[in-house]
Amino acid sequence: MTKAKAAKAPHPAVKLKEKVSAGVRQQAARTLARKQTPIVPPDNIAARAMILVVAIMTFLSCLTLGAVTLVRDTAATWQTQIAREATIQIKPADGLDMEAALADARDIAAGHRGVRGASIVSREATTRLLEPWLGPGLDIDELPVPRLIIVTIDPVERPDFAAMRAELAEAVPNAALDDHRTWVDRLVAMARTTVTIGMAVLALMLSATALTVIFATRGAMAGNGHVIEVMHFVGAEAPFIAREFRRHFLLAGSRGAAAGGAAAIIVFVLFSWWSSRNVATPEGDQTAALFGNFAIGTSGYLGVALVVILIAVLTAATSHVTVMAHLKRIET
Amino acid sequence: MIRFENVGLRYGMGPEVLRDVSFHLPERSFQFLSGPSGTGKTTLLRLLFMSLKPTRGLITIFGKDRSRVTRQELPLLRRRIGVVFQDFRLLDHMTTYENVALPLRVRGREEASYRGDVVELLKWVGLGDRMHVLPPVLSGGEKQRAAIARALIEQPRILLADEPTGNVDPQLARRLLRLLIELNRMGTAVVIATHDIGLMEQVEARRMVLSGGRLEIYD
Repeated sequence: MTKAKAAKAPHPAVKLKEKVSAGVRQQAARTLARKQTPIVPPDNIAARAMILVVAIMTFLSCLTLGAVTLVRDTAATWQTQIAREATIQIKPADGLDMEAALADARDIAAGHRGVRGASIVSREATTRLLEPWLGPGLDIDELPVPRLIIVTIDPVERPDFAAMRAELAEAVPNAALDDHRTWVDRLVAMARTTVTIGMAVLALMLSATALTVIFATRGAMAGNGHVIEVMHFVGAEAPFIAREFRRHFLLAGSRGAAAGGAAAIIVFVLFSWWSSRNVATPEGDQTAALFGNFAIGTSGYLGVALVVILIAVLTAATSHVTVMAHLKRIET
Repeated sequence: MIRFENVGLRYGMGPEVLRDVSFHLPERSFQFLSGPSGTGKTTLLRLLFMSLKPTRGLITIFGKDRSRVTRQELPLLRRRIGVVFQDFRLLDHMTTYENVALPLRVRGREEASYRGDVVELLKWVGLGDRMHVLPPVLSGGEKQRAAIARALIEQPRILLADEPTGNVDPQLARRLLRLLIELNRMGTAVVIATHDIGLMEQVEARRMVLSGGRLEIYD
């Protein structure tokens, strides 16, 4: 009897197999039931062209944004670097103890608030500085060569140059303080002009992108007029129709914009990598002198993300406006 | 149910396409709308379906003055009217089943809640075995039946059919007509726009004849 029962009861492995196959069947049924064809037709040629246009325009916009970020950062660095230093020049004169004058001037400068440090350019360093013009083996004592003191300044809390100049004139009459104001002012003006031009180019680029994206989206929407009409005639409310298209075009726009943004980021990363590989080479130094380390930084990457989001939202908004306009046309 | 009083319509600054059209469509009624091509049958159907506004006259639909119906109210009123277009207007990327279920889907209903109804209706119109086929694969008659099924899925109070037999052979036309008569027996008012005299002779029904923009009714 027990044996017969055991023979009738299914084997645990068979039970497990049945359970698994039932689960798979259930899951398949659920998946099939859920998977409905989207109401907005899948991408046609116009929609694919739109995605491509969105990607290209996003790429160009992001490149412009990155370039402007780079120029802005570099201009800011130029300004800070040059404004971080001032120079005291002491001209030789009969009976002037140059070393004592240098030490006095250095102490006066170092004693001012806002000065981080002051260092005398040594005789050897001065000789090296003049070597390209006067050749090697120069005896500095034979010529009336002026000497320099480099004053390092706190860029946040700048010293009172007028007071320093007055104090120097009193203690060391041959000393002249150059706070690089002329250079800084000219550089600031140039940097501001560069950044303004960059911003204008970026504004033009973004406007062109917006218009292109709008027209491309409208082009892609043109083939969907019949879908809007059918939905309208089967009793779909305008917000429902607009939502379906918005969702579809937000996805399509996001795909294009993300591809364009990613391509731009790849370009920046490649440039950054190239410049880091070429450190201490003539080309690398030349590029570094112009563009710093060629990294667009966090703000640059955030800007790229913002452009991508804006373009995707613009695509969705255009589809929304187009649907509403089409519905209005049907009504009248 | 639907009443027209001295309705006139012109497109832009052109001549009046419809002039002083007056009639009443009662519940559960069955009528043909006929007349030569270009006399305004489709225009009259569009007025019935509220996709056009009359330039003059009064239209009352389900007790509401058409001129006072807001854009928000339109979809709700349209759900009580089923329309079969001359060119079917099926969405080619959706299966027959999905096309027929579209009116319910756009109302935000869950697929599980209407699946049975759609399948039953598709069987009733003879498309039980063509449910998962895309419209481009369907024959003209099958497309017509799918369009009728889509118009009926929400159990409208009135069905407007624009040349429903225009693209099918006489035998299929008779089958479609029987389908519409059966529907009418179940309580739906039917308006069939056609210029097929042979079709009209098969049924004793009210005839609304458009000629030169005016409507004459033969009960």
